[in-house]
Amino acid sequence: MSKQAQHWEKTRGLLMMTLAIWFVFSIGIFLFGAEMESITGPFGYPLTYWFTCQGSLGIFVILIFWFANRQEKIDEEFGFSEREDD
Amino acid sequence: MIKGNFIDNLPKVYGIYTGGFIAFIIIMAIGEQMGMTSKAIGICFVAFTVAIYAIIGYMSRTMAADAYYVAGRQVPTVFNGMATAADWMSGASFVAMAGGIYFKGYGYMALLVGWTGGYVLVASLLAPYLRKFGCYTVPDFIGTRYGGNVSRLMAVIVLTVASFTYVTAQINATGTIASVALDIPFQYAVYVGLVSILLCSMLGGMRGVTWTQVAQYIVLIIAYLLPVFWISNKMGAGFFPHFMLADEVARIGELEQQFGFVKNSAADLANVPKGLAGITKAHSAVNASPWAFISLALAMMMGTASLPHVMMRYFTTPSVKAARKSVGWSLFFIFLLYSSAPMLATLSKLSLIDPSLSTGIIGKSIAEVQAIDWYQNWNQANLMFVSDFNGNGTLELNEFFMGGKAVVLATPEIAGLPYVISGLVAAGGMAAAMSTADGLILAIANALSHDLYYKIIDPKAETAKRLVVARVLLVVIGFAGATIAAMEIQGILGSVIWAFDFAMSGLFFPLVLGVWWKRANKEGAIAGMALGLISGAAYLIWVRTGGSGFLGITQLTFGIFGSAVSLVSMVVVSLITSEPSAATQKMVDEVRVPSGKTILGKQH
Repeated sequence: MSKQAQHWEKTRGLLMMTLAIWFVFSIGIFLFGAEMESITGPFGYPLTYWFTCQGSLGIFVILIFWFANRQEKIDEEFGFSEREDD
Repeated sequence: MIKGNFIDNLPKVYGIYTGGFIAFIIIMAIGEQMGMTSKAIGICFVAFTVAIYAIIGYMSRTMAADAYYVAGRQVPTVFNGMATAADWMSGASFVAMAGGIYFKGYGYMALLVGWTGGYVLVASLLAPYLRKFGCYTVPDFIGTRYGGNVSRLMAVIVLTVASFTYVTAQINATGTIASVALDIPFQYAVYVGLVSILLCSMLGGMRGVTWTQVAQYIVLIIAYLLPVFWISNKMGAGFFPHFMLADEVARIGELEQQFGFVKNSAADLANVPKGLAGITKAHSAVNASPWAFISLALAMMMGTASLPHVMMRYFTTPSVKAARKSVGWSLFFIFLLYSSAPMLATLSKLSLIDPSLSTGIIGKSIAEVQAIDWYQNWNQANLMFVSDFNGNGTLELNEFFMGGKAVVLATPEIAGLPYVISGLVAAGGMAAAMSTADGLILAIANALSHDLYYKIIDPKAETAKRLVVARVLLVVIGFAGATIAAMEIQGILGSVIWAFDFAMSGLFFPLVLGVWWKRANKEGAIAGMALGLISGAAYLIWVRTGGSGFLGITQLTFGIFGSAVSLVSMVVVSLITSEPSAATQKMVDEVRVPSGKTILGKQH
């Protein structure tokens, strides 16, 4: 397999992982909104409420930075990372 | 000043700017103590901030195509993040969102999840690849990847439909705020708003818009956070509201139990002025079915990843790597405001409905409430209303009505904050609506000037002529938007949500599959865009004219139907027609490699 194909395979793997985490916190947990309601979440908010106003949002921010770092590692591994001069 | 070392000096320049703005707030506060009228303070806030944006817009003037279209591709990640956040957070986010949460609670908060979760899709599926492509506009990518003028034209049409729906709402919002702050009729205020918007974008294009958006973000975030923290401290709810409002949320739940949600009769509701609403849904408790919540969040997420004015912000970063990081920063800056909106709604609701607080009005006598200063002001502005439906002389929860905008605009006054904060909030709302309107008008004008005029009609046009055409279109589109905004057809929030649905119906799959599916070809993309947009629009019209809809898809989520049609037709048509040429397939391979030259040249 060519270097480029290997790079793309790893990139696709990372995409799948990123989308899986995204799916859990944007869609998955809200299937169980009513069930999670009686649980007390961080800072004492009801858990479902906390996810909608802080939890999921914060997780998305962290997820994007994590994704960007992982993708950079993949690019470096295959020598596809960009020069810093621009 | 906006050249070379300007980029290196950005933190310093915007640091001084932020300091200057805070000094201005303090001067206004002193002015208020010395007897400045509230009207004068309002005018100063709006005039001062708009003047600064206009100066930045003037200093960023340019006659170079890559500066005009993509700000010279040298905007650092963090600053591009701020600019995107301002571009993204519109009048709807700033003025209407906390109000929506106030009235509808949990079910409405699907928008918070949707409008942030979409950025994960932007970062992982699209932004880095479109940056590598090196396009000026979104139709530029579609037109080059799939080839042919028809696909490019289709993309221009989808972009125009979605963005134009969105921009009328933003011009409407600038008009509303300008008319309140400057005390002029709405029909004129709309054009005052428009002129302010054009001042930022006309001379400098994307470069001017970028640097004004950063300035606008700073104003809007201060204007949103300061009142939230202040009110929370004043009420004794906690010095850091985001972590400390659990008791207040629980208390609202208790009060809801105590008051109950009494349903008003249609005859009673007929007396309530149009656009005002009462609290009819639980605040934090789950009050929507999983599918109602998820479908709205999903539509907003896919819409986010298809809206061209957001996507084109990532064309301005220096590299592909920077584009990815920049998406993270954008969402971080958006998170600061979005995580505060539910807190503002909680504080606002509790201070109004808790009879044990001095600001609480529920349980007081109707005559007493009608004598309160702020009630009279906002009643006059048609944003507040009480009526004694049951004739017992006391105000009940179901007898108090408020406009969605009032939650953000009036809460500082209700909580007894000085007027300077209300002036600040007006400036923040203006900044939010202006920055989004700028991005949208520029997206439409750039698509028409670059893709329709230059690429399709007159490919030999010189740069100078192209940029003149771009500016003429900017003004024409702005005026068209303002004219429609002045007619006040649809509310701010409704039009914004429709824009997301239109964008996802026509553009989501053609964009994503353009990168991720090599087999996608021209015929498929054209079918996907055309059938997606048409079926989405048809569904909307059907539901609006009394159709029952299916699968729980409403007029707010019609994009789910549109994009499903788009996906199916794009895949089917691609597979029954011939595969894309070897050159196109090689181009897709190249897009997937982050290093190396962009696909389209620096000047194209």
